[in-house]
Amino acid sequence: MAYATRTTEEQLNDTAPEYEGFTREELHGLLAEMLLYRRFEEKAEEAYAIGKIGGFCHLHIGQEGLAVGAIRPLAPDDVVITAYREHTQAIAKGITPRAAMAELYGRVDGCSGGRGGSMHLFDTSVGFLGGHGIVGGQIPLGAGVGWAIRYRGGDQICVCFMGDAAVNQGAFLEALNMSAIWQLPVIYVVENNGYGMGTAFSRVSATEMEARSGAYGIPAHTVNGQDVIATHRFFADLAAKVRAGAGPQFVNAITYRFRGHSMSDPVSGTYRSREEVDSHVRDQDPIVILRDGLMERKMLTQAELEAIDAEARAICEDAADFADASPFPDPSTLYDHVYAEVNERGRLFLDGRGQGASGADAVAHGGRRGGPNG
Amino acid sequence: MAEMTYREALNAAMCQEMDRDESVFLMGEEVAEYDGAYKVSRGMLARYGPGRVVDSPISELGFAGLCVGAAMTGLRPICEFMTFNFSILALDQVINGAAKMLYMSNGQIPVPIVFRGPTGAALQLSAQHSQACETWYVHAPGIKLVTPATPADAKGLLAAAIRDDDPVAVMEGELLYNVRGEVPDGEYVIPLGVAELKRAGDDVSIVTHGKMVHVALQAARALEREGIEADVLDLRSLRPLDADAILETVRRTNRVVYLEEGWPFAGIGAQIVALIQDEAFDHLDAPVLRVTQADVPMPYAKNLEQLAKPGVRDVVEACKRVLYMNGHG
Ligand SMILES: Cc1ncc(C[n+]2csc(CCOP(=O)(O)OP(=O)(O)O)c2C)c(N)n1
Ligand SMILES: [Mg+2]
Repeated sequence: MAYATRTTEEQLNDTAPEYEGFTREELHGLLAEMLLYRRFEEKAEEAYAIGKIGGFCHLHIGQEGLAVGAIRPLAPDDVVITAYREHTQAIAKGITPRAAMAELYGRVDGCSGGRGGSMHLFDTSVGFLGGHGIVGGQIPLGAGVGWAIRYRGGDQICVCFMGDAAVNQGAFLEALNMSAIWQLPVIYVVENNGYGMGTAFSRVSATEMEARSGAYGIPAHTVNGQDVIATHRFFADLAAKVRAGAGPQFVNAITYRFRGHSMSDPVSGTYRSREEVDSHVRDQDPIVILRDGLMERKMLTQAELEAIDAEARAICEDAADFADASPFPDPSTLYDHVYAEVNERGRLFLDGRGQGASGADAVAHGGRRGGPNG
Repeated sequence: MAEMTYREALNAAMCQEMDRDESVFLMGEEVAEYDGAYKVSRGMLARYGPGRVVDSPISELGFAGLCVGAAMTGLRPICEFMTFNFSILALDQVINGAAKMLYMSNGQIPVPIVFRGPTGAALQLSAQHSQACETWYVHAPGIKLVTPATPADAKGLLAAAIRDDDPVAVMEGELLYNVRGEVPDGEYVIPLGVAELKRAGDDVSIVTHGKMVHVALQAARALEREGIEADVLDLRSLRPLDADAILETVRRTNRVVYLEEGWPFAGIGAQIVALIQDEAFDHLDAPVLRVTQADVPMPYAKNLEQLAKPGVRDVVEACKRVLYMNGHG
């Protein structure tokens, strides 16, 4: 359900000038979406605290406007590829909250079968290609997705997200350069939350973010990611342009992370003050901004808001229940999906335990291949 | 059968596969207008056009990653590294990208890509341009690696690598490109994971791969003159590894030397030794020895380079040691 721009005269009359192009229903939809992501992340936070979720877990709280605004305008067969702070982006592209939560729990019903975890959500059927943990590593991959689209003569586009810190990786520079010389249909979006872990962007870049793509001849844009309406409008427009052949684009999306870098990191501390965080939470919450805007214009009642929120909470509650009930992956699948193709001869696994080609060998060699655990 | 060079055989394999599959393309530095740094892709630009034979900028990390991304959506890129030395810049995309994608995605995203180019030392190119990169590739589960030693293998293994649904590194040799040999005509594919016994002898086994196959065969001829008959086993594929063939030669000769171009520490030979002691310990009459590059960066000076490279004499010596000849052991 993409939030299409205005379709009928009726819908047009139903909205305020600030929200031109969106029906009341669509606006409620945007709010519902962001609230769903907020509640999802809060549920994940809770589950992490009681040990249901492990490892690195990076929350998107505060940045939900971007997941909604940049991804909802895309077509189902457009591709999104991103970094590790990606739960809400995955849901925005079409992964169900259940499948996302089950992946965070490391369960078999997770969208990556429990093999990926929080940082590696995947679902090719909805065009979500991960979930990548090496800062900047997804950027050349995104260029490659764009390359493949162009190679096949398709009209899809790829949206490749990254954090602000990723623009200092060589992978970024190399991928942007290639995207420009080959005019790939990729929108590179920096979720500029001001910090890479505890390092302010201004401390690791001598120029403004907007200047970072110019050397490669790629147009730069800035958008306020806390304003979901502006973001949505902007990306709907840019996606159409890229689809029509405008070539690669670079978007500096201003946002702010309301939580610590990951679960083990305090919200504020040595690198940013409590006051700085508080002021952003107070004034720059994308959910609050839309909520208040709608209420001021009498386009949202308290009862409606409560119903939307109740629905969001229920979905996340259900997702957590679903995840908890989902089994852990079957131990017998440990070696599954290391290789797509097991060749007729030869061992692929050298630990004495692997299956497939080597499993057959184990029998042939009188079972001597059992390692200490096998 | 036609006689051709190793270089021409690689070219033939790429053309064979590009003719039969539109999703195969070649990308790398100098592969198109320059015909390849080593002329492996000669004529391919004219034949397939700039859309499928693509000159990349000098951005190993970038174009390797781009190729991985293209493979993630079903294309079958041949990613040429001018030499594998330079692929060290791309290892993040090779290891964290190509090798792990299928697993992390629970089988959703195969990465049918080929990384190819020469590995190992040529002549007097010194430290940064002379190293065997096999270990770095074969270390990560999720990747396959083949090392053709002859023109026929170059054609058959590269074709198989392109058809395989996993990332496959095809490591060639600068000093192999001019080697001539008989190559089967028409469609020719050698399955991955099948070693080849290049020479049979009952006294000692020389197991090796890639360019060193030729050194091993020379050593075997030298040993023959002294009445020693050596098995020479060319692994051809390091992953999948033809363990059966290795164990078979061990059982026959009971004495093994592993010869490789790379460094010894955690090298290919180390893995082979581990396999043999684990599964054929009772068949050994002597410790398995390894002949490798000296454990130093490759020096430039001719005499030092000779000293650092594994040579025929080293192999002969090692074979005699596992035979307890020459007063060693
Ligand atoms: C290559 C690499 N170096 C370091 C890290 C550790 N690390 C993980 S996230 C991160 C900060 C990245 O910040 P940014 O790109 O701004 O994204 P954000 O976390 O703000 O969303 C670092 C240093 C990593 N994952 N990969
Ligand atoms: Mg950041």
